[in-house]
Amino acid sequence: MLDMWRRVLPYLAPYKRRLAVGFAALVLCRVFYLVVPQVLERAVDALQAGATGEMWTYGGFIVAAAGGSAVFRYFMRWYLIGVSRFAEYDLRRDFYLHLQRLPAAFYARFRVGDILSRGAQDMNAVRMVLGPGLMYPVETVFTTVGCFAFMLAISPRLTLVALAVMPVVSILMKILGEKIFRRSEVVQAKMADISAVVQENAAAARLVRAFVQEDAQRKVFGKENEAYAARSMELVAVSAALFPLLLALIGMGLAGSLVLGGRMVIGGAISLGELVAFLFYYGYLTWPMIAIGWVVNIHQRGAASMKRLAVIFDAEPLPAPPAVPEATYADRPAAGIEFRDVRFAYPSAARNGAASSNGAEPRPVLSDFNLRIEPGQTVALVGRTGSGKSTVARLIPRIYDAQRGSIRIDGRDVREIPLGELRRDIGFVPQDSFLFSMTLRDNLAFGDDDAPPDEVHRVAEEAGLAGDIEEFADGYETMVGERGITLSGGQRQRAAIARALLLDSRILVFDDVLSAVDSETESRILGAVRRASRDRTTVIVAHRLSTVKDADVIYLLDADETGATRVVESGTHDDLVAAGGLYAGMYRRQMLEEELSRL
Amino acid sequence: MSDRPSNGKDAGRGLLRRMLPYLLPYWPFVSLAVLLVLIGTAAQLAGPYLTRIALDDYIAAGDMEGLVGLLGIYAVILAVGFGGAYGQAWIVNLFGQRVMRDIRRDVFDHIQKLHTGWFDRHPIGKVVTRATSDVDALNELLSSGVVMIITDVVLLVGIMAVLIWMNPALALVTFGAVPALFIAGWIFRRKIRPAFRRVRAAVASVNAFIQETLTGMEVLQLFRQERRRAWEYRKLNREHTDAHLDTVMCFSVFYPVVEMITAITVALIVGYGGSRIGAGELTVGALVAFLMYSEMFFRPIRDLTEKFNILQGAMAASERIVELLDTEPGIGDAPAARLPGHRHGALRLDGVSFAYNEDEWVLRDIDLQIAPGETVALVGHTGSGKTTLAALLLRLYDVQRGRVLVDGLDVRDWRVPELRRQFSMVQQDVHLFSGTVLDNIRLGDETITEEDARRAAEAAEVTAWARNLPDGLDTQLGERGGGLSQGQRQLVGIARAMARTSRVLVLDEATSSVDTETERAVQTALGRVIENRTSLVIAHRLSTVRGADRIVVLHRGRIRETGTHEELLAAGGIYRRLYELQFAEEAVLAAG
Repeated sequence: MLDMWRRVLPYLAPYKRRLAVGFAALVLCRVFYLVVPQVLERAVDALQAGATGEMWTYGGFIVAAAGGSAVFRYFMRWYLIGVSRFAEYDLRRDFYLHLQRLPAAFYARFRVGDILSRGAQDMNAVRMVLGPGLMYPVETVFTTVGCFAFMLAISPRLTLVALAVMPVVSILMKILGEKIFRRSEVVQAKMADISAVVQENAAAARLVRAFVQEDAQRKVFGKENEAYAARSMELVAVSAALFPLLLALIGMGLAGSLVLGGRMVIGGAISLGELVAFLFYYGYLTWPMIAIGWVVNIHQRGAASMKRLAVIFDAEPLPAPPAVPEATYADRPAAGIEFRDVRFAYPSAARNGAASSNGAEPRPVLSDFNLRIEPGQTVALVGRTGSGKSTVARLIPRIYDAQRGSIRIDGRDVREIPLGELRRDIGFVPQDSFLFSMTLRDNLAFGDDDAPPDEVHRVAEEAGLAGDIEEFADGYETMVGERGITLSGGQRQRAAIARALLLDSRILVFDDVLSAVDSETESRILGAVRRASRDRTTVIVAHRLSTVKDADVIYLLDADETGATRVVESGTHDDLVAAGGLYAGMYRRQMLEEELSRL
Repeated sequence: MSDRPSNGKDAGRGLLRRMLPYLLPYWPFVSLAVLLVLIGTAAQLAGPYLTRIALDDYIAAGDMEGLVGLLGIYAVILAVGFGGAYGQAWIVNLFGQRVMRDIRRDVFDHIQKLHTGWFDRHPIGKVVTRATSDVDALNELLSSGVVMIITDVVLLVGIMAVLIWMNPALALVTFGAVPALFIAGWIFRRKIRPAFRRVRAAVASVNAFIQETLTGMEVLQLFRQERRRAWEYRKLNREHTDAHLDTVMCFSVFYPVVEMITAITVALIVGYGGSRIGAGELTVGALVAFLMYSEMFFRPIRDLTEKFNILQGAMAASERIVELLDTEPGIGDAPAARLPGHRHGALRLDGVSFAYNEDEWVLRDIDLQIAPGETVALVGHTGSGKTTLAALLLRLYDVQRGRVLVDGLDVRDWRVPELRRQFSMVQQDVHLFSGTVLDNIRLGDETITEEDARRAAEAAEVTAWARNLPDGLDTQLGERGGGLSQGQRQLVGIARAMARTSRVLVLDEATSSVDTETERAVQTALGRVIENRTSLVIAHRLSTVRGADRIVVLHRGRIRETGTHEELLAAGGIYRRLYELQFAEEAVLAAG
């Protein structure tokens, strides 16, 4: 709970003035509100005295008091609940900005559906704390103190009896509150599981249908669905008691004060009007006491949700380098890349940030890995599936950070180069060519939305996509993705290539991108890339040897006996073929296949 | 799933009719709840009346013993009231959870029936919202809504009865406020309805936006577009806040108005009641009871409008749920769906034309016949329609012209699940579910034993690299296959197909990301699988298709060439050109 407030208070700070106005309105609203029983007291005593004609005057006072209360109630709600919406805006903004800064290692651990549910349901639970969760407790305190003062003025003894139930109420609140907190945490986690199943199901819609997995998926979902309902009922078993229990205890207090107060009236200690006013003040306490339960609920839920949000807020972005901008850096035409004693293991896929279940260190993909790429070179990384060649490529733009050793560009550790500068220098074409749901033009110019149209056309041409685009009815303005057309795998890959080419960066990295492109397109793209890469350092991760034949150096990566990736062979295509090693073997097989095909 | 405006009452009634089937099975829950409501309400009504008795009969008469006796009666009534209220809250929630579970099940169930094209058009984030937040909002309609409204109405009627019984004239004065409250409520509803609709729309677009950002996070970061994307988010976030502020304003005005109306009624009771006491028609105790009842009286009316807040959200949510449930599956069993007499795996496309979007033909006039057991390779330029053709065989989409026949029966006449079970498909982008590697191979098919799955994993070279995973084939994979490479995922996809005994195998770029070494091993295994099955192999790498009985060349959505590898090479057409381009570089080397 404290932790939640520590995190949430800074979000309220900018709205101090609104809060002050809101709370001032709250106090005034309550003052007018508490006057009403005073009027009733005098009315009843006047009645007792037989002055029935004055009743309309008392009625007028009641309307006036209520009018004041109503006006300030408006300001109270508008200002205080409004603040929670403003603070929510800021919180959502920070949440989003933080998500954007989190590295791939984070996204390997959290399911998208899980993050979404935290950003929606949990965010809302925290917002409730900032609005009603803030307004009602203050209202409660103020009303309680006011009523208490008036009741004491009428009779301290009667007040003591009436409020004897209070300690019981607060103890019960605490016990039930804690139970509710724990159980609602479980319920919310279950909700995240349901989201994740639906999310996965929708993402794999085609596969589910092709493999007639509808029933299997229904079963998976059914299980989560039942579990959610069961956990919810466990929560209800406790939370349903809260309100009725309060009512019963409050009723006890009322009955007690009625009887004792009655005796006092008979005994002449207080007037009938005072008893009536007392009962009304006691009645006014009912709502605040109920509100306590409700507020406790809001705060428990809020704290549980804040904990779940905190897991994301506390996730570390990539460590930023010390700010040492180097002016000369940009002047050098091409960049050299060096891997020095690099060790790297993928973070385990354990969910919700929990440590990997078996506690074992994940197996490193790279261990003491060394590689040196000279400025301006076109270098190819080839190897079997799972040999770690993609990992090598992904370490360059810091999609992941190495656990040991360093990756250096022009001698500088990548961790010391400002991230923006580093990535500006690298045109990266990722394996899965994700495009955003925006126009093709915007997707191609993703790295630089100020790029002139002919730049965009040029890269589309180079990536062999221009022809396809011309066939679309809307050309470059065609919408892609969820709200637009579905591009083929090859078209998406070529768009991703064009997107990287547009950066005109010093380093170009192709992470196994040409797989969905046929060989005709491939050779066309490679030709264009070669022309464009004369003064660039280019790293191509590839399966097909034909893709990399013209590379200045080809590195064949393979796992050694420990499972760690090594460069087992390197050289030009001709060198490697002549060396008669693994590469030559792979190549010979391609040759044989070709010869066979010519028979 | 658009948030289309609906015309008030009619839509509300339509919704209720639509939701009724979910509620009806649980009518015993509801009737028990109503019974408990009656008990609870009676206990609540007793309070002010006992106060009247205390004031008029005992205090005024100075009867101390009577007063103490009253305390006992009061205590019993409170205990009964507690039992009623707790039981009711519990049962109402049970009812709500059951109904929610059923609706959620049906929503998910319906999503399973929707055709592939629907998912191309609907963001995943919105789909998730339907099954989660929207159903949750609906729960409010059920637990807070339906039963609470009954509670409030019962309480209202009870109070009215007691008031009329105590003093009809003063009761009429008190009821005078009711029309005013209802008018205020009516105006409030008219204002809040569009406000809530706007909120819902804003929430959905924020969710969809974040969902897309999360999916494309890597690209976003590599291209340093965080700032631009954040700027776009800002707009959505602002709209989200503005929409909510509208509702805050509605409530900020409404509550004070209700407070004023209540106060005027209290003033009327005091003023008019005072004159009645003067006339000897009313006692002081009855006046106090009246005031207490009037407090109680306005609470449910106030609540009803507060409930309306919740109800409004629930209505909007249920509108969207109903819309989803009413979405035509698009592809489903025809009324006369059946199975063909023989199932050998014969495929035929008969004058097929297909477009995802109107007039953008992806396939045109395709005629293709594949005999049982035959292996046909489909080659062609990227975007030539190969993957689409495969999708049509499984009826993932319906054709616009012509027909697709499997074993002589139009796929539209097949029972859909049976049709799809004829196929094993390996896609280029293999999707893995959360679960173990082995789970992903079996994929919920209980006819596949663990032994079968392990054999398939071995044959597809999955075992080879899975050894490096912490728990081998039993390693839990993260969402979308976690850290596996596309090649590794493709191998799992191949194992998936191998573990199945379907008559038709569709390999759609199944080995495109697998290196040549591994592919050779897999090809050998695939060769065995292909033997007794009809196979459709889609590949760019011509080496993978050379062994096919027949090669079909697709170009710009049309079949341009058909024949064996040799025939096609000799023909010197498109195939020849594709082939030459792919092998030109090796050919030069081999010659030198």
